[in-house]
Amino acid sequence: MTSQDLFQEAYAALSANKVRTGLTMLGIIIGIASVIAMVSIGDGAKRSIEGTIQGLGSNLLTILPGVVQPGRGIVSSGRGSAQTLKNSDAEALQAISGIAVISPELTRRFQITAPSTGFNTNANVIGAAPEYAAARNLVVKEGLFISDANLRGLGRAAVIGPTAAADLFGEEDPIGQSIRISRMNFTVIGTLAEKGSGGFFNPDDAVFVPLTSMQKFLAGDDYLTTIGVSVTDKDDMPAVQAEITSLLAERHRVTTESPDFSVISQAEILGTLTAVTTTFTIFLASIAGISLLVGGIGIMNMMLTTVTERTREIGLRKAIGATRRDINLQFLAEAVMLTFSGGLIGVLLGWLVSFSVTKLGIVQTSVSLSSVLLAFGVSGAIGIIFGYYPARRASQLNPIEALRYE
Amino acid sequence: MLEVRNIAKTYKTGGVEVPALRDISFTLHDGEFVAVMGPSGSGKSTLMHILGCLDTPTSGSYTLDGEDVATLDDDALARIRKEKIGFVFQQFNLLPRATVLRNVMLPLVYASVGHEERTAKAEAALVAAGFDRSHFHHRSNELSGGQIQRVAIARALVNNPSLILADEPTGNLDTKTGEVVLATFERLNREGRTIVLITHEHDVAACARRVIHLKDGAMCI
Repeated sequence: MTSQDLFQEAYAALSANKVRTGLTMLGIIIGIASVIAMVSIGDGAKRSIEGTIQGLGSNLLTILPGVVQPGRGIVSSGRGSAQTLKNSDAEALQAISGIAVISPELTRRFQITAPSTGFNTNANVIGAAPEYAAARNLVVKEGLFISDANLRGLGRAAVIGPTAAADLFGEEDPIGQSIRISRMNFTVIGTLAEKGSGGFFNPDDAVFVPLTSMQKFLAGDDYLTTIGVSVTDKDDMPAVQAEITSLLAERHRVTTESPDFSVISQAEILGTLTAVTTTFTIFLASIAGISLLVGGIGIMNMMLTTVTERTREIGLRKAIGATRRDINLQFLAEAVMLTFSGGLIGVLLGWLVSFSVTKLGIVQTSVSLSSVLLAFGVSGAIGIIFGYYPARRASQLNPIEALRYE
Repeated sequence: MLEVRNIAKTYKTGGVEVPALRDISFTLHDGEFVAVMGPSGSGKSTLMHILGCLDTPTSGSYTLDGEDVATLDDDALARIRKEKIGFVFQQFNLLPRATVLRNVMLPLVYASVGHEERTAKAEAALVAAGFDRSHFHHRSNELSGGQIQRVAIARALVNNPSLILADEPTGNLDTKTGEVVLATFERLNREGRTIVLITHEHDVAACARRVIHLKDGAMCI
């Protein structure tokens, strides 16, 4: 029996009962489609998170007061104990080699109003040094970022993110306008390019003022909420991280095992978030995999019914010379053809779902070639696995009994 | 040539041994037309299954064209059926959804005959069985009973077998159609085919040149 004959026989048998074939195939179609869609969405989510974190500066170490563990949030903070970082700490870090930029920062939330439009917003106000832009990869769209002169002169200058700018000024050009933060007027000297949210906070919805002005006029103290440290060479990050930890521990008179601050690298945050999305993708894919298994059982069910229905046909085929192998192959071919065409439609459907998710702007997804190949492999394998038993049963029928079967 | 020596077949049902055939011996020369007759339960079907290599005897020897087939395994029996035997059954003879031509070709499909040769042989067999050429591409479930048996005869002929086995081929047909089918067998026999016809009707057996009578699993001449 040639493979062409096998194909022809399988096609004839499957097209004989189109509704049943279609419904059985649906199980595989849904299974494969959901695996393809889930994996592509999971991959897309992972890539988008990676992209954002990278955008925040991949060489960045963030020093926070209190104890923070990536993925678990702040373990011990509290207003009092969290105020452990000072300007002097940031200055002391300059002694460590391998650091490109040190950016001391103080962030508070304030109600901000724009007197010219009357709009107001509640946004993060960040007291920043000029180094902030370099450490966090901020791009100034118009105007200037905070300068050393602003810092030294306790200047009332402000740089605003695009979301805050839209909230406060609508369509108007914010440059040169004044904004009011906690009853103090600041002049907008620059706006930032759009960047997107990145885990902890959204730089688009923030207002930047000189750190000195922030500490003196708005916060009223000289504590810092974060120190951003940009490392020159990415490979030095673990070493620099260790040096910062020991230096600050010494300054704060605490041990490095139980510090009152945390040094977090973007790599750690990235790793944690990637682990979370990977787990999520595996979770989704395994649910989809279960539906594939159910689909496979549907195939087996249909094949067993078919074998019973066609007992006399099997007897006839055997009488005219079909061997066990011929019968076995024929039923296996039917099962594989069923699952394989189901797999093909499933891949197309899954790709369509993934494409729509991208088009709707939910997540930028992409269907990888490996997942498509895997889907075909899996659907073929399901045909063989779940077709094996029914085909074996068919091939082992006694021809005399099969011919007599009513 | 077909030679059966002291064949016996015993079935075991629930620990009790039921003899179906006892001490059957006969020789069939090429070109003979033999009818096997007997009432139901006489062992006709069992004999046909053994002659058709669907089953093996419990004891005795069966030689077909010089090959002892009494002790062969399943796959070897399938090969003998494919090469040397053509079957015509009483009912459920054809694959209902396949065309006439495809049905006749089926033994050649299992014999791995090439596509063009297959079609040519199938058409020749259909013509030999007296089937109307205009119906070659009809589906077999669109045919009448007489036409179905002609297609079945053509399928039995297509691989040029040593032996054509017909099990009550007219059992489901009206008298007139039955006569046409029997006439086809007679004509094929005149052309040199070896035919074994199994029946319980005397007028059907009458068209054979030799009759083997079976009663309670034994031959009575």
